[in-house]
Amino acid sequence: MALLQIDNLTVEFETASGWFRAVDGVSLSVEKGEVLAIVGESGSGKSVAMLAVMGLLPWTAKITADRMLFEGRDIRNISPAERRKLIGKDIAMIFQEPIASLNPCFTVGFQIEEVLRIHLGLDRQARRARAIELFRQVGLPNPEERLNHFPHQMSGGQCQRVMIAIAIACNPKLLIADEPTTALDVTIQKQILDLLMSLQAKNGMGLIMITHDMGVVAETADRVVVQYKGKKMEEADVLSLFENPKSNYTKALLAALPENATGDRLTTVSAFFEGAPEAAETRA
Amino acid sequence: MTTTDNTMLEVRDIKRDYELPGGLFKPKKIIHAVKGVSFKLERGKTLAIVGESGCGKSTLARMLTFIDEPTAGELIIDGEKIDTRPGHLTAEMRQKVQIVFQNPYGSLNPRQKIGDVLGEPLLINTKMSSAERRDRANEMLVKVGLGPEHYNRYPHMFSGGQRQRIAIARALMLNPKLLVLDEPVSALDLSVQAQVLNLLADLQDEFGLTYVFISHDLSVVRYIADEVMVMYFGEAVEYGTREEVFSDPKHEYTRTLFAATPRADVESIRARIARKKAATAA
Amino acid sequence: MADTINDIDSSPEVLSSAALRRQMFKEFWFYFSENRGAVIGLFVFIALVLVAIFAPLIAPHSPFQQYRDAVLLPPAWLEGGNTSYLLGTDPVGRDILSRLIYGSQYSLFIGVFVTTLSLTSGILIGVIAGYYRGWIDTAIMRLMDIILAFPSLLLALVLVAILGPGLTNGMIAIALVLQPHFVRLTRAAVMAEKTRDYVTAARLAGAGPLRLMFRTILPNCTAPLIVQATLSFSNAILDAAALGFLGMGAQPPAPEWGTMLAEAREFILRAWWVVTFPGLAILITVLAINLMGDGLRDALDPKLKRS
Repeated sequence: MALLQIDNLTVEFETASGWFRAVDGVSLSVEKGEVLAIVGESGSGKSVAMLAVMGLLPWTAKITADRMLFEGRDIRNISPAERRKLIGKDIAMIFQEPIASLNPCFTVGFQIEEVLRIHLGLDRQARRARAIELFRQVGLPNPEERLNHFPHQMSGGQCQRVMIAIAIACNPKLLIADEPTTALDVTIQKQILDLLMSLQAKNGMGLIMITHDMGVVAETADRVVVQYKGKKMEEADVLSLFENPKSNYTKALLAALPENATGDRLTTVSAFFEGAPEAAETRA
Repeated sequence: MTTTDNTMLEVRDIKRDYELPGGLFKPKKIIHAVKGVSFKLERGKTLAIVGESGCGKSTLARMLTFIDEPTAGELIIDGEKIDTRPGHLTAEMRQKVQIVFQNPYGSLNPRQKIGDVLGEPLLINTKMSSAERRDRANEMLVKVGLGPEHYNRYPHMFSGGQRQRIAIARALMLNPKLLVLDEPVSALDLSVQAQVLNLLADLQDEFGLTYVFISHDLSVVRYIADEVMVMYFGEAVEYGTREEVFSDPKHEYTRTLFAATPRADVESIRARIARKKAATAA
Repeated sequence: MADTINDIDSSPEVLSSAALRRQMFKEFWFYFSENRGAVIGLFVFIALVLVAIFAPLIAPHSPFQQYRDAVLLPPAWLEGGNTSYLLGTDPVGRDILSRLIYGSQYSLFIGVFVTTLSLTSGILIGVIAGYYRGWIDTAIMRLMDIILAFPSLLLALVLVAILGPGLTNGMIAIALVLQPHFVRLTRAAVMAEKTRDYVTAARLAGAGPLRLMFRTILPNCTAPLIVQATLSFSNAILDAAALGFLGMGAQPPAPEWGTMLAEAREFILRAWWVVTFPGLAILITVLAINLMGDGLRDALDPKLKRS
């Protein structure tokens, strides 16, 4: 049984110019202990689909799906109370902007202990011990001291480590990482990706990696879903995606990578769409 | 003299300090953002400046475009030493250097039509009639791959890549010789990034432009640069031709940077999967 | 280069400026009309403007004509009322409805005058403070803080006492009291916009400070100013009515709503209609304009736009 299974998910928003379809009939599934990368450019609906799973979209969004199962349980119409029990405990999420994702008014220790108190109901001492252990796990130096720090006293990379510590605090079965390294420098990105991969391997959790960066996909994923304008273009395991891409869009994306440049000009996406049915509507 | 003739930009030991104002009980603090950087760049070539956030590369860009005044050092553009003190800069000198910013959503005035965005530099610096300005703007729109039908539109009606094209067009309106590109593609999607990089290459060929290309993305730098400078905490730790730097990095930091860059080629994916299999089997 | 332009709208239609404006208005109306109160406010306000413009045609009587045989008549639907004086008459026999209709001219004029005066002076001072910073900014902002430290009505009263009572002086005083809000708002917006890249780009193109301040930066600060302008429009009407009530604003026999209230003070217990209707007129006008301001903020402030 898949950890998370989504069939035919559609998300629409009402705007001044009518309904806008952000996600259009996307199906995907994640197994236990698997790393799935959802890759796409801005406007491909890759984040929106996962926010819909988490129930984090604003009320203006209209979400429909044939199936949305987490561990075989339907999560389309569960009550807000049940959803709160699920989110943060069994499904956790980390975001692109680590500093903005932490509440600037409280110490990071308070914020991680809050999660432990709500979901696990630990007492004060157990919370503190667990928080220190978690900080050690994500590689923060001096964890005892760190607990009393405020987010603004830390760098972006450290804040992202705190976010990861909070996310894995309750040993989630599924972790959704939405562009976790986009706001970080390359050397820090490397550290954070290594950390995520080692935690994933150790805890055996499912990991959904939302990204626009083919390099990150290549370094982390087992399986890849390529999205474009809300539609799924291709799904493949990582090696065959890079070795032998099926859809024109994936081919175009790979060719547009500067390291794959042939000659003194890059190949652009439209060159691949020449004559393809999508060519008519490639306005970004 | 032939060598100096061909030098577009020379920077000698340029420095920039920021002063953090002290509080009631705190002494003033001086931050050295750029600690003495020197380089020479030939006409029509591209120098890429690479580094991570806070390494001083954007400060360097701001000094090259006269937005910030250097604390010390010399700036020689097109054989002329620049007096960077405020008020001493001639309009002619200013027109030789233009900049393209990273964020295409913040660099265009939301209340200005594209035609006015492009026409403004001409309106301020030349005595052209409005019809002439319109013609020049339309010409430039075509050059960057847009068209005259976009003349009357506002920036919010364009995508990120289109806006970056407009920003490039604006920078070229005064026929500059040196273009400073401050992370021009890092806010763009991959497919659009390729288009804008191609456009920049086309324009460089057509106008003989010299580029200073600021970036944190090594794969882009490897593609576009003739020379590469790596900056780390305000210092240039590595400087040389692209081949030198990429094939034989001298400084420890450059090597770390290369090692941290994700690789998207099939061999490294294979190697990673093999490592993972070995780990789970063990 | 044909293959490099896929991210460009290839639709051949050239959008004319008129079509553009229509499209922008449509979008504005979409967000504005989501707020039902704002739409109601807008219609009430439009009705008020029409009443003020066509006052001589609508009003059944002259606002100054005293009907000695019809003093303190109750509204028409009450016992003793007369249908030719729909809302009754005041202590000297003037038709209240007619006075209210003519009074709307005063209110709107006060609103327009005060708002224009405080808006222009506030923007000018605010742009200078926000653009130049330094000691100019400090001096201006401390002065504004001093003005804001007084209760606004009290300060207006003091100013009127110095300038002498009368509608014009009252309006100037109110404008002075309301103007610090515009200064602060403009200054904050200018400071935020000044650091944006497009301002730097304009500077690199050689734009001078005046062009930067008023052509480049100011047009991008209008949204909060429009909202504040509507709110100060209603504030001005309210303050002018208060000044009128205290005898420091419009002088009798002008049919200004606040002045009408003041004249009728002693009849509150005997003839409720002489105070109720001017009071209601002020209430409805101010409420309508405030509701409209809320809707404007929803439509213009992108921070509050949902999703």
